[in-house]
Amino acid sequence: MPEILDIVLSASFWAAVVRIASPLIFATMGELICERAGVLNLGIEGIMIAGAFAGWLGVWLGLPLWLGVATAMVTGMAFGALHGVLTCPLGLSQHVVGLGITLLATSSASFAYRLALPRVTTPPRIEPFQPLPIPFLADIPLLGPAFFVQTPLTYLAFGVVAATALILYRTPLGLALRAVGENPQAVEAQGLSVHALRIGAVMAGSGLMAVGGAFLTLSAFNSFFFEMVNGRGWIAIALVVFGAWRPGKALLGALLFAAFDAFQIRLQPLAPAIPYQIFLMLPFLLSILALVVMSRRASVPGALMIPFNRGER
Amino acid sequence: MRLEPIANPTILRTLGFPVAALGFTTLVAMGLAALAGGAPLTVLGLMAEGAAGSQFALLETLNRATPLIFTGLAIAVAFRARLWNIGAEAQLYAGALVTAALGAGLLPWPAAVLSPTLAFLAALAGALTLLGPTILKTRFGVDEVVTTLLLNFVMLLVVSMLLEGPMKDPMALGWPQSAALIPEARLPRIAGLRLHWGFGLALLAAVATWALMTRTTLGFEMRAVGANRDAAAFAGIPVAAVLAKTALVSGGLAALAGYSEVAGAKGGLTLDLSPGFGYTGIIVAMLALLNPLGVVVTAIFVAGVFVGADSMSRAAGVPSYLADILLATALLTMVTAIMLARHRIRRG
Repeated sequence: MPEILDIVLSASFWAAVVRIASPLIFATMGELICERAGVLNLGIEGIMIAGAFAGWLGVWLGLPLWLGVATAMVTGMAFGALHGVLTCPLGLSQHVVGLGITLLATSSASFAYRLALPRVTTPPRIEPFQPLPIPFLADIPLLGPAFFVQTPLTYLAFGVVAATALILYRTPLGLALRAVGENPQAVEAQGLSVHALRIGAVMAGSGLMAVGGAFLTLSAFNSFFFEMVNGRGWIAIALVVFGAWRPGKALLGALLFAAFDAFQIRLQPLAPAIPYQIFLMLPFLLSILALVVMSRRASVPGALMIPFNRGER
Repeated sequence: MRLEPIANPTILRTLGFPVAALGFTTLVAMGLAALAGGAPLTVLGLMAEGAAGSQFALLETLNRATPLIFTGLAIAVAFRARLWNIGAEAQLYAGALVTAALGAGLLPWPAAVLSPTLAFLAALAGALTLLGPTILKTRFGVDEVVTTLLLNFVMLLVVSMLLEGPMKDPMALGWPQSAALIPEARLPRIAGLRLHWGFGLALLAAVATWALMTRTTLGFEMRAVGANRDAAAFAGIPVAAVLAKTALVSGGLAALAGYSEVAGAKGGLTLDLSPGFGYTGIIVAMLALLNPLGVVVTAIFVAGVFVGADSMSRAAGVPSYLADILLATALLTMVTAIMLARHRIRRG
């Protein structure tokens, strides 16, 4: 028991929580924007991988870090545009297209990696983002190291949550986006283009997912591995449900999830008799459990996964 | 713009768009080959030769197609009822686990008894693996896409844990793998060829699945639930029960892929048993338009692309990930083509 207290009271634990949460926050906000507009984006896992790779490749080829982030974002938006066009005006199955995009983005990243580095066994490293302590705030016990001694990308993640909430609930664009996910016919009656709004939302959301992937290569680690996203995209989809499609609650979900993840890593050496795989399983099982608990209070966007075709009811 | 259904599409339309989709995929293949510094036509030729240029190549393709037929059938059955089973990978490993655990000497029975028992128990394990998420869906409204996806990761960790723990082969030096199956548990070769009877079993499963979907009441109910769940419920079809039965069939079929790989191809279980057969099954099923007999054809095609790309990669140096890009492109263009064949795009 005292060991557990030690873990929870250590500054490095809380810093790790926020660090682990950062890519999930980007990805969860991205998926949330897509789903609020009525589009389930199962391309998320692949788009994160493509973003992780594109951002890393840009920096490895000599771009400044922030342009690497921009490269990732543009890559994600390109896949988002493809997803949006196929699922909105063409009305194809969001499940099939999403999984197809995940496969396309993943394999494109692998193919391009092999082209760029034909015979490399250890992936080359780049100089990643460094923590940027915020004066005064960084000295607060526990909270300081957790929230105010992070890399700029983590600060950006929190900024994205605020921006998403602000745009969704305080601007006409946000109102239109939410309406297009609830009742597209009403939006069309207003003279707005349902397809344009949805494609725009999927592109913006996919851009964020890709930045979430790039966080892994440009901030959390310093090189690209094939397996590095490792289901984070799917977990982000679960977090959107857990957060009842609201940015604030989804942020809370991501932090909770990350706290749990950071905790299990630190618990492993304390219980050597338990196979480490059990600990690695817990985050996935926790996500499933969260889905079961939260699904009872359904607040699903009314038109999620329903393609819109003019003149049809 | 809006989409307008065409009541009676012409033959030209029905065939033209899918052919154009395949043509586009071929162009992508040539473009990527050129990008990687290969001569496009040579690369295509090497792929075709590697997939079907010799008896060895052809048998290799059929071996690779065997698990894909099973997972393709699993997806076809589930998607037909609109049960989004993305967890065929987990169900495959459930079947493989049971086969490896019981087939390595625990049940010292003659082959005629042992083989069907193993196949049945493996299928049962896969069926139960999918039943869980399906019950969560019908009872609590939990989206099965996410739960089945997440279970893939859980199952892989379970396999890893067992292979490093109780199922670890003491003879394997540190490498996590299960003990070898006893000869009675192995699937024999077909007519002495380099092809095991798992392939025969897969063909049998395809015909049985086709009969189930088109010739039985359950098949009709599954299609009705898939076409319109509310209408099916209104017509008195017990939707939850039909989805549960669909899950049992789908999970069982996916698990047979694991059974056939362990008992037929490998003779034991390792962590890299499946290079994503469960996910590739989705492509196989979609390209076959969810038709069980079509799955056999598309599984062989998809396997050919993989085997051909591997062989081409060794000869021409173009990364074999080309195969994955091509299959993703084929999937996306084919679903688009099929939609365009049945709809007209109208302005305004």
